Amino acid sequence: MKKAMIIFCFVLLAVCCAINKISVAQFRTGVPGDSLKRVPKFGFGRTVGKAEIAEWDIDVRPDGKGLPAGKGDVETGRLIFVKKCTACHGAEGKQPPGVKLLGGVLVSDTLSTGRVKTIGNYWPYATTLFDYIRRAMPYNLPGSLSNDEVYALSAYLLHANKIIGQTAVIDAGNLPKIIMPARKMFVMDDRTGGKEIR
Amino acid sequence: MQEEDKMSQKSGKISRRTLLGGVIAAAVLPVGNLLAIGNSKPQLPAVADDPTKTPGPGPSPLGRRSPFENPVRKPSDISSRTPLQDMHSTITPADLHFERHHAGVPTIDPAKHELLIHGLVGTAMKFTLADLKKFPSVTRICFIECAGNFRTGKEEMTPQDILGLTSQSEWTGVMLSTIFNEVGIDPTAKWFLAEGSDAAVMTRTIPLAKAWDDAMIVYAQNGEAIRPEQGYPMRLLLPGFEGNMNIKWLRRIELSEEPYMTREETSKYTYPVKDKIRMFSFELDARSIITYPSYPAKIAKGYVQIRGLAWSGRGKVNQVEVSTDKGQSWQKAVLQEPVLSKAHTYFRFDWDWNGEATEILSRVTDETGYLQPTLKQLIEARGPNIGGYHMNPVTTWQIKQDGSVLFKPEPLK
Repeated sequence: MKKAMIIFCFVLLAVCCAINKISVAQFRTGVPGDSLKRVPKFGFGRTVGKAEIAEWDIDVRPDGKGLPAGKGDVETGRLIFVKKCTACHGAEGKQPPGVKLLGGVLVSDTLSTGRVKTIGNYWPYATTLFDYIRRAMPYNLPGSLSNDEVYALSAYLLHANKIIGQTAVIDAGNLPKIIMPARKMFVMDDRTGGKEIR
Repeated sequence: MQEEDKMSQKSGKISRRTLLGGVIAAAVLPVGNLLAIGNSKPQLPAVADDPTKTPGPGPSPLGRRSPFENPVRKPSDISSRTPLQDMHSTITPADLHFERHHAGVPTIDPAKHELLIHGLVGTAMKFTLADLKKFPSVTRICFIECAGNFRTGKEEMTPQDILGLTSQSEWTGVMLSTIFNEVGIDPTAKWFLAEGSDAAVMTRTIPLAKAWDDAMIVYAQNGEAIRPEQGYPMRLLLPGFEGNMNIKWLRRIELSEEPYMTREETSKYTYPVKDKIRMFSFELDARSIITYPSYPAKIAKGYVQIRGLAWSGRGKVNQVEVSTDKGQSWQKAVLQEPVLSKAHTYFRFDWDWNGEATEILSRVTDETGYLQPTLKQLIEARGPNIGGYHMNPVTTWQIKQDGSVLFKPEPLK
């Protein structure tokens, strides 16, 4: 009887060790960078719902995903620009002679091939305008503009760069459809390492 | 006041008056003056004729540099540059790591900071700093270099002036793949957006493959918490990719089928290549520079050990060659171990200078076989409108007959 008990204990111990070994091994695979597959969940962090995501989810994609409701026209945008943007970007977004603009030039003839990069000659997607103005402008008060104000500023800047007409009203439906003059110049990186200099 | 300064220097404490003075100065002085204060050299302490005859001060809670050493970053309005010519090996002290930010350095309470991961994931989740620290941690050494790290134009330029927007640290954190496994990634996801918690709320789109390769979320730098300028309390680390993509103060990651075409990846961090504009240039091509002798050093005839840094965003440094005859002939430099992937690698070359004016230069070959180009070769490959980003040309130093060392600016056209 005593002997049987001892053997039983040994078997139990061996089984426990084996189980323990498996779980440790499983976790080990999760440590370095090769952890895509077969890794256990650790259970740290918390799940979040749609409302909490929406508070931070402010990005806009070129296909229009992320654009909010609202609209804005060129003239409304011009009035906001005069009030909130000219201090850094110059009157009408243009470079005054002999002055260093804090925020850079935004407006040019789209046919210009000069070195100064503007929305008209260097921005490949119109949706980027809405995304960037909403998240980062004006520099001293980022995130303070309403969606309508951001649409209006986008409309004004697109018009000033001769991309849309004076009477255009910009919203989630038509902003992604605007084809920017610079779009055709942009190509994806083709450097691959190796001997060739690109 | 002078007495008080001496005291505060000795005790290692900031006196109340100094602190208040600093705050008031910050409130009233224009930026230029503030920078001047930042660059001013600390007062040297009284030095005994013989240090073996007087006991020195005892232990202190926080160490500081010898007052005889004064390496400083060189700030502009938007960045500050690492003094590469003052470094003796590859790790950059955290307070000398270069900075580039787009709306200043935010002050973030780590207890309130959370990282949201959502989009094409199985479960949208938020992680606190404490959560991240519970996951298996990994430490690696790698460089971070700004993609716009090239200046030229005059002879009186130091390595810091030319390419001081590169620094190296030992980073600790969690593999991004570990976190992505935790939330579960939808098979249709191909990219992810990373967003910072600064006033620029800066965003970049990154290919998902980088997450499964070697991307990390890091919370420590050289063994201690990341500095605010480097993204405290957490940043993205994408070894070998352009610095701008290593989003600091990381607060949100969104998985997506397509790139977002953010402002930074379209109207910035893109560059002309002939009649096109190249975008989504992630890896930094191989580069090297001789950091000694360099401007403003002066050398004497005889033995000179040439030293410098080489690195590649595509892997390890295979070899560094040095020329001491204006690029006519090249000889292999010795690489200091360890030679790590996507890391600054220190090289050395013994030179017997004969006292005649010449030019010295270095060039690196990385493990993909890529040989660092000259500026002329880059212009031939990319066309006459070259400039802006991803410039990694060979740097040439002129050695004058009197031993002075000057940068050799080359024409961009």
